[in-house]
Amino acid sequence: MFTPLTVAVAVAALALAAWCGLAAYRNEPTKDWHFAGMAVVTLLALAQLVVGVVRLAGGAEADDGTVVFVSYLVGCACAIPAVAFLSLSERTRWGSATVAAGAVVLAVLQVRLYDIWGGAGA
Amino acid sequence: MPEVTRPRRSAGRAGGDPADGGRIGSGPGRLLVTLYAVFAVGATSRSAYQIATRFEEAPLPYALSAVAAVVYCAITVALVRGGEAARRTALAGCVAELAGVLVVGTWSVFDPEAFPDTTVWSAYGMGYLFIPLVLPVVGLLWLRRSPAS
Repeated sequence: MFTPLTVAVAVAALALAAWCGLAAYRNEPTKDWHFAGMAVVTLLALAQLVVGVVRLAGGAEADDGTVVFVSYLVGCACAIPAVAFLSLSERTRWGSATVAAGAVVLAVLQVRLYDIWGGAGA
Repeated sequence: MPEVTRPRRSAGRAGGDPADGGRIGSGPGRLLVTLYAVFAVGATSRSAYQIATRFEEAPLPYALSAVAAVVYCAITVALVRGGEAARRTALAGCVAELAGVLVVGTWSVFDPEAFPDTTVWSAYGMGYLFIPLVLPVVGLLWLRRSPAS
């Protein structure tokens, strides 16, 4: 699809996971700055969704099929907002741990997304 | 160092406090719910897609994936709902999940021909970083530790 963006999302997600993991370790809930970080990662994932759909509209095809590819793109875009809401209603260290877990999941999804699009041939 | 003298105040609130009894989806349970929700969504969409598009290629793995999806969904819903009945449902779900990952894991290792494609539980969940194996154990410990009353 667009490998630099995939890498950027994965790295940003792992950074967010480390940051929120640190907050959980320090027994802190997510704070405003954490939510700013989540917004940045979500924007990257949304940009990825747009780029992916534009590439598909331009005639490109994902190796594993359009349905799977778009599902993963949508899943990536929803992952961080979902855990952000969960951490809003869980104002403890476990809210931070939840965001960290969601961010790790997003990073793993990036690896799958890369494979689904066609790996090195992207 | 107040953190040391009063460790995990919030976890205690979510866990054993009778006033908060049965809230198995908050505190550490919130993290558990999230992971189960991820697996519920993942396993459900994956098995639905596989069964809809190419069930005949690998009927056994895809059927087992669907079973896993149902178990994950049931546990997720139970953890979110909370209460004693839901706690029992979640316990039963975790036991089924643990049994499933052990049986299917062993089966897939000793009879690979039956598994032309993988399931969530193949090789004890190796393709999913063994989370399918760890999750039910953590779930059982958490549910044991947080009785409804």
